[in-house]
Amino acid sequence: MDDTTFRQLWRRFAALVHEHRGELNDLDAAIGDGDHGSNMDRGLAKVVDAFDASPEGGLRSDAKLVGMTLMSTVGGASGALWGSAMLKFGASLPDESEVSWAGFVQALADFVAALATRGGAVVGDKTMMDVFIPVTEGLVASSAEDQTALTQALEQARQASDATSALVAKRGRAAYLGERSVGHVDPGSRSSALWFQALLESQATVSA
Amino acid sequence: MKKIIDAVETVVDQALDGMVVAYPEYLVRVAQTSVLARANPKEAGKVGIVSGGGSGHEPAHGGYVGFGMLDAAVAGEVFTSPTPDQVYAGIKAADHGAGVLLVVKNYTGDVMNFDIARELADADGIRTEVVLVNDDVAVQDSLYTTGRRGIAGTVFVHKIAGAAAEEGLDLASVKAVGDAVVANVASMGFALTSCTVPANGKPTFELGDQEMEMGIGIHGEPGIERVPMMGAKDVTARLFHRLVDELSLTSGEPIAAMVNSMGATPQLELAIMTAHLGQLARDGGLVLERVLMGEFMTSLEMAGASLTLLRLDEERARRLKARADTPALRIVGH
Repeated sequence: MDDTTFRQLWRRFAALVHEHRGELNDLDAAIGDGDHGSNMDRGLAKVVDAFDASPEGGLRSDAKLVGMTLMSTVGGASGALWGSAMLKFGASLPDESEVSWAGFVQALADFVAALATRGGAVVGDKTMMDVFIPVTEGLVASSAEDQTALTQALEQARQASDATSALVAKRGRAAYLGERSVGHVDPGSRSSALWFQALLESQATVSA
Repeated sequence: MKKIIDAVETVVDQALDGMVVAYPEYLVRVAQTSVLARANPKEAGKVGIVSGGGSGHEPAHGGYVGFGMLDAAVAGEVFTSPTPDQVYAGIKAADHGAGVLLVVKNYTGDVMNFDIARELADADGIRTEVVLVNDDVAVQDSLYTTGRRGIAGTVFVHKIAGAAAEEGLDLASVKAVGDAVVANVASMGFALTSCTVPANGKPTFELGDQEMEMGIGIHGEPGIERVPMMGAKDVTARLFHRLVDELSLTSGEPIAAMVNSMGATPQLELAIMTAHLGQLARDGGLVLERVLMGEFMTSLEMAGASLTLLRLDEERARRLKARADTPALRIVGH
């Protein structure tokens, strides 16, 4: 993974969230207050602006740029979680323009650990962690950087997000609904699956 | 969506400017931030009090900035907690050397963003403490959830902890006063209509003519239960008894109450609820020492109301009645 690809990943994620903004808002309206798509879209648009305004400066500084931008523009739990965990992601990446796939996946695992520390959620709580924990574990286990592993990761992410529908929310605003949250997909898990889609597509662009 | 706005993106920024235009004797906006601070800050030595949260709850929180309540209020996007850098700007504006108390409503986003802001303050040597408000009894508080939400009872925390800070108590003592309010306050609300978050453009939920949502939060999120529509007497009684049970209030105890509009419910209907409240208190032998009736913690244009009960002791009663001078709450003091 080089810094160009890393930026493509985030630009693609921004585009996907923008495209799915209404869907994410609707998922959130069912169990929260209906603005998850708008909030993420606002922050990711700023990430794209920040990339446009600064030359590529290496993976670590780009990850920190993403983290600071999300933390200071998204707000809510999503901003705090994505923002502070991306700072950890940056700290785990080398101060260079390229990192091995294993190094990237390790930084992703550190990102997920930071999410877990900040949010306190575990698999089954009906949050973004229902996607990030198992999919990241899968990527760590499959050492290869190939299209198959990434395609599997995306498929796993989508299924994990769909599966949140059956769960009772235990974290975040949806937790206040208790049993009434059952039957609705968690919006944070959906945007997280979009992140893995962006990862797959940015890698595909590079290998194509 | 039919709203008097210019653009979805500028709603909060313009509203903050409008508050300063309306209340220049109370408020200044800290440049480049979403922080409203006291126009006439206290001299050194007073503990600062900062609160905040998503916008859309007006007059919370900027309306409570002034003598006897908050030193600064931090606004997030509509129904979205403010970001850590903004909260930290609020902390800096409120710090007069004696430390800053943060009054935080128990929502995951608010807790996290205020927590990160505390880390920033700590790194700069500003002492902070937190009072976490969780007065909403509609939500089950269990080991498996994030606990109860903070709703309108937060205003009582601002008032009483604010009075303690004006008296010159130190940070730990002001926090203790705030925590004691939290331990003795309970609220529950209901909605007759949804509101529309500008960024989303459509109502968060739909309610039929003969339905209401019980146990709503303040973010337009659905309540815990959808029930058939009931009249003022029944809904007031239902909320009242639930709160009395929760606080284990017994005959002879002094209480304060708040009858709070969610935004679209007019004074006329609040007054009918308040009349029932008075009768219910008398029937239960409770001494209703003070009632706040009006808009205190709203959810945009949602129709509905919440009821808050606060158990008083001598100190809380005194601090509740102490002078406050803010845009949204003025108490002459006696």
